Amino acid sequence: MDVEILSRVQFAFTVAFHYIYPPLSIGLGMFLVIFEGMYLKTKNPIYESLTKFWIKIFALTFGIGVATGIVMEFEFGTNWATYSRYVGDVFGSALAAEGLFAFALESGFLGILLFGWNRVKPWVHFVSTIGVFFGSMFSAIWIVVANSWMQTPAGFKIVGEGMHARAEITDFWAMVFNPSSVDRISHVWIGAFLAGAFLVLSVHAYYLLRNRHVAQSKVGIKVALVVAAIFSLSQLFTGHRSADGVAHNQPAKLAAMEGHFDSLAVADMYIMGWVDKEEQQVTGISVPKGLTFLLHQDFETPVLGLEAFPEDERPTQINAIFQFYHLMVAIGMALIGLSLFGLFLMVKGKLFEHRWVLWIFVWAVILPQLANQFGWYSAEMGRQPWVVYGLLKTSNALSQAVTANQVLFSLIMFTIVYSLLFALFIYLLNKKIKVGMEDGDDTLLERPFQKDNPAFIS
Amino acid sequence: METFLGIDYPTLWFLVVGAVFSGYAILDGFDLGAGALHLFFKKDISRRIALNAVGPVWDGNEVWLVIGGGTLFAGFPVLYATLFSGMYIPFMLFLLFIILRAIAIEFRGKEEMKWWRNLWDVTYSISSMMLALCLGIVLGNVLKGMPLTANYEFNGDWLSFFNPYALLVGFTTLFLMTLHGGIYLCIKTEGKLFEKIKKLLRYAIAGFVTLFAILSLYSLIYFPHLSDRFKETPVLFIVPALGILSIANVPRLVSKQKFVSAFIFSALTFSFLLLTVAIELYPRLLLATNNPDYSITIYNAAASDKSLGIMLSFVAIGVPLIATYTFFVYKAFWGKVKIDESSY
Ligand code: HDD
Ligand code: HEM
Ligand code: HEM
Repeated sequence: MDVEILSRVQFAFTVAFHYIYPPLSIGLGMFLVIFEGMYLKTKNPIYESLTKFWIKIFALTFGIGVATGIVMEFEFGTNWATYSRYVGDVFGSALAAEGLFAFALESGFLGILLFGWNRVKPWVHFVSTIGVFFGSMFSAIWIVVANSWMQTPAGFKIVGEGMHARAEITDFWAMVFNPSSVDRISHVWIGAFLAGAFLVLSVHAYYLLRNRHVAQSKVGIKVALVVAAIFSLSQLFTGHRSADGVAHNQPAKLAAMEGHFDSLAVADMYIMGWVDKEEQQVTGISVPKGLTFLLHQDFETPVLGLEAFPEDERPTQINAIFQFYHLMVAIGMALIGLSLFGLFLMVKGKLFEHRWVLWIFVWAVILPQLANQFGWYSAEMGRQPWVVYGLLKTSNALSQAVTANQVLFSLIMFTIVYSLLFALFIYLLNKKIKVGMEDGDDTLLERPFQKDNPAFIS
Repeated sequence: METFLGIDYPTLWFLVVGAVFSGYAILDGFDLGAGALHLFFKKDISRRIALNAVGPVWDGNEVWLVIGGGTLFAGFPVLYATLFSGMYIPFMLFLLFIILRAIAIEFRGKEEMKWWRNLWDVTYSISSMMLALCLGIVLGNVLKGMPLTANYEFNGDWLSFFNPYALLVGFTTLFLMTLHGGIYLCIKTEGKLFEKIKKLLRYAIAGFVTLFAILSLYSLIYFPHLSDRFKETPVLFIVPALGILSIANVPRLVSKQKFVSAFIFSALTFSFLLLTVAIELYPRLLLATNNPDYSITIYNAAASDKSLGIMLSFVAIGVPLIATYTFFVYKAFWGKVKIDESSY
C-alpha cells in the first residue's frame, strides 16, 4: 500500500471517529443551557437533576472530543505537509481564530461547568455553561469555514510556483464567507442539535420504560421533542440550500451524489438506487425530472453530468457518494417523521402510553449520528480528487518525508487506541446511564462519596 | 514589509508563538509533572488527591497546546509542515500518550479493584512522563537542526530524532516539569502527603540542576551555532542568567514554605529558558544541517504580512479575554483539594 492510500484512510478514520463526539457535545451543550436556564428561572428540582445528570454525560463526550481533536490538528502537519504549506496562509487564520476564540472559551469555562456546581454562585455556573456552549458553536464555525474554503475557495491568490506555490489571503471576509460556509455551518450546527436531542430522547425514553426518574424523564422528553421537531424541519431547509450551493459550485460532486452522467439529459431525483459506474446507469426509484425541477424550477433544463468532466477530475467512488448522500436525506426525512409523530402524541397527551413508541425513541439515537457521518462522507468523497477544489489534488498534498511504514504504524496505533477509547466511551456512558440521576431512590449504592454508603472509598 | 513599533510581523508572530508555547509549558508542565510523581504516592486516597489537584484544569491546560499548534500552523506553515512530518514518529507517540493519559484519568476512579486502579495509575504516570520527554526531544531536535531539502522537506533517517542531545533535552524537560508539578502539589495538599511531596521535590531540583549543567556544556561544545548570538551581543546573557537565578530561588522558597512564590519562580524558569532558546534560534527556526542555505527562517516560513496582520489583531482581542477568564477559573478552584461528588 502506498503513502497516499494509508494517509487517506488514516485521516478519514480519525476524523470520522472525532466526529462522533463534537455533535454530541454541541447538542448536549444546548440542552444544558436550556435545563439550567429553566432551573434558575423556576427553581424546580426536576431541572436541577436534569442539569446535573447531563453534565456528567457531557463531560464524557467533551473529553473524548478534545483528545481526538488534537490528533486532527497534528495530522495536517504530519501527513499532509505539502497541503499545509500550500493552504497555511489562508487556512491557518481560521484555525488560529478557532484556537483563540473558541477552544480557549470552551476549555476555560469547562472546569467550572464540570466541577463548580457546589463552589461558585449559580449564575456564575450558568455563565460558564453558556460559555462552553458558545465556545463549541464557535469552534464549529471556524473549522467548517476552513473546510468550506477547501470546497469553494475564495478571497485568495496563488503566489509562487511548483513546490513553493501557495495560496495567500487577499480578503479575509471573502475567505470566511466563501460561497458554501453559511449553508454548511448552519447544516452542521443543526446536525449537532439533532444528535443531542435524540440522545436526550433516547436516555429518558429508556428510563421511562424502566420506570425510573419518571418525573424528570417526562420533562426531558418533552423538551427534546420540541427541539427535535424544530431542527429536523430546519435541516431540510439548510440541506436544500447546501445542495443548491453544490450544484452551482461543485457540479461534479452533485452529479456524483445523484449518479447523473449525461449532461444533455434532464435529471431525475432518486429516492433510492444503485449506481453502475461502468454502464453509467442508476437503477432505483426516482421522481422523474425531480432534480432538474429542484435546481431550475422547470422540467426542461439539463443538469451537468459527470461526463462533462475530464476523467481525472471526477470523484471515483460514485456509488458510495450516491448511497451516503441518499441515506442522509432518508434519515433526515425519518427524523422529521419521528419528531412530528412524537409531538402529535404529546399534544394528544398520549405520548407516554405506548411502550413501542418509547422503544423507537430509545433506538433512534443512532440515526442522527449516522446522518452526520454520511453527510461528511458524501461531502468529502464528492470533493475528490481535489483536496482544495480545483487547486490542489489530494495526491499532491502529501508529506514527502513520510514513508508508508510510518503511516502503517500510526494507523495500527490509532486503530488500537481508538478501539480502547470507544470501549471506554460505551462503558462509561452505560455506567452513567445505569447510575442515573439524583433523586434519592435507587442510587445509593452507586454513590461512593456518601459516608453512609458501605462502598465508601477511602 | 509591514512593521509595528519597528518590529516586523514575522518577528512579532515569533514572539506570539513563543509566548503561547511558554504558557503551555508552564500550565501543562505542572500537571505532567504531577503525573510523573504519581507513582511515588502509595495510598489510594493520596493518589486521588494528587489526581484531583489537576482534575479541574488539565483539560484547559491542554488547550494551550492546541492554540500553540494553531498559531504555528497559521504563522509559520512551512515550519509546522516540516517539523511535524519530519518527526512523524515522535509526534504520533505524543498523540498516543495524550490519549492514554486522558483515558487513564477518566477510567481510574470507575472501579474499586486494586489491579484496576494500579493499571491506570501506571498508565497515567508513564504517559505524563513520556509526554514531557517527547516535548523535550522535539525541542532538542529543533535546537540541533536537521537535514532538509531545497523544498524544506526533512531529508534524513526517520530514527535520527532519537539522539543523545535530544534525549538530554528530554530528560531536562521532564525534571523541570516534575519539580514544577511538585511545587503545585505542595500548594494543593496538606498533612503526610504534603511532607512526602516536599521530600521528593528536593530530588527533582537536584536532578534538574545537574542535567541542566550538563546540557549547557554539551550545547556550548557541540552546537556552537546556538551561542553565536550571545557572543555577538553579550548583554543577552542576562536572559539565561535570569533563568538560573529564578531556579536558584526555588529551593530557598520551598524551605521557607512559600510555595506560591516558588511556583511563580519555577514558571519564570520555563519562560526564561524558552526565551533563551528563542534568542539562540532567531531569526532561524530550523537549521538545515546539510546545507545552511536550506534552513527555515522566520521569513521564508512565515505566512503573508496580510495574514499575519489579521492574526495579530486576533491575538490583541483574544488574549486579554482568555487571561481574564483563566484568572477567574483559577480563583474559583483556589485552595487545598476537596474530594466531592464531582471529583475523579
Ligand atoms: C462540527 C464541528 C466540528 C468539526 C467538523 C470538527 N471539530 Fe474538532 N471539535 C469540535 C467541533 C468540530 C468541538 C465541539 O469544539 C470539540 C468536540 C468536543 C470538544 O471537546 O470540542 C472539538 C475538539 C477539537 C480539538 C480539541 C479542542 C479543545 O482542546 O477544546 C481540536 C484540536 C479539534 N477539535 C480539531 C479539529 C480538526 C482539525 C478538525 C477537522 C479535520 C475537526 N476538529 C473537526
Ligand atoms: C468531522 C467531520 C468530517 C468527516 C467525517 C470527514 C471525512 C473525510 C473523509 C471520509 C475523507 C476521505 C475522502 C476520500 O479519501 O475519499 C476526508 C478527507 C479529508 N478531509 Fe474531511 N471530514 C470531516 C471534516 C473535515 C474538516 C472540518 C476538514 C478541514 C478543516 C477536513 C479536511 C480533510 C482533508 C484535508 C482531507 C484529505 C484527505 C483525503 O482527501 O483523504 N475534513 N474527510
Ligand atoms: C433532510 C434532508 C437533507 C438534505 C437535503 C441534506 C443535504 C446535504 C448536502 C447537499 C450536503 C453536502 C454539502 C456540501 O458538500 O457542501 C450535506 C452535508 C452534510 N449533511 Fe445533510 N442533508 C439533509 C439531512 C441531514 C441530516 C438530518 C443530518 C444530520 C443529522 C445531516 C448532516 C450533514 C453533515 C454533517 C454534512 C457534512 C457537512 C456539510 O458538507 O455541510 N444532513 N447535506
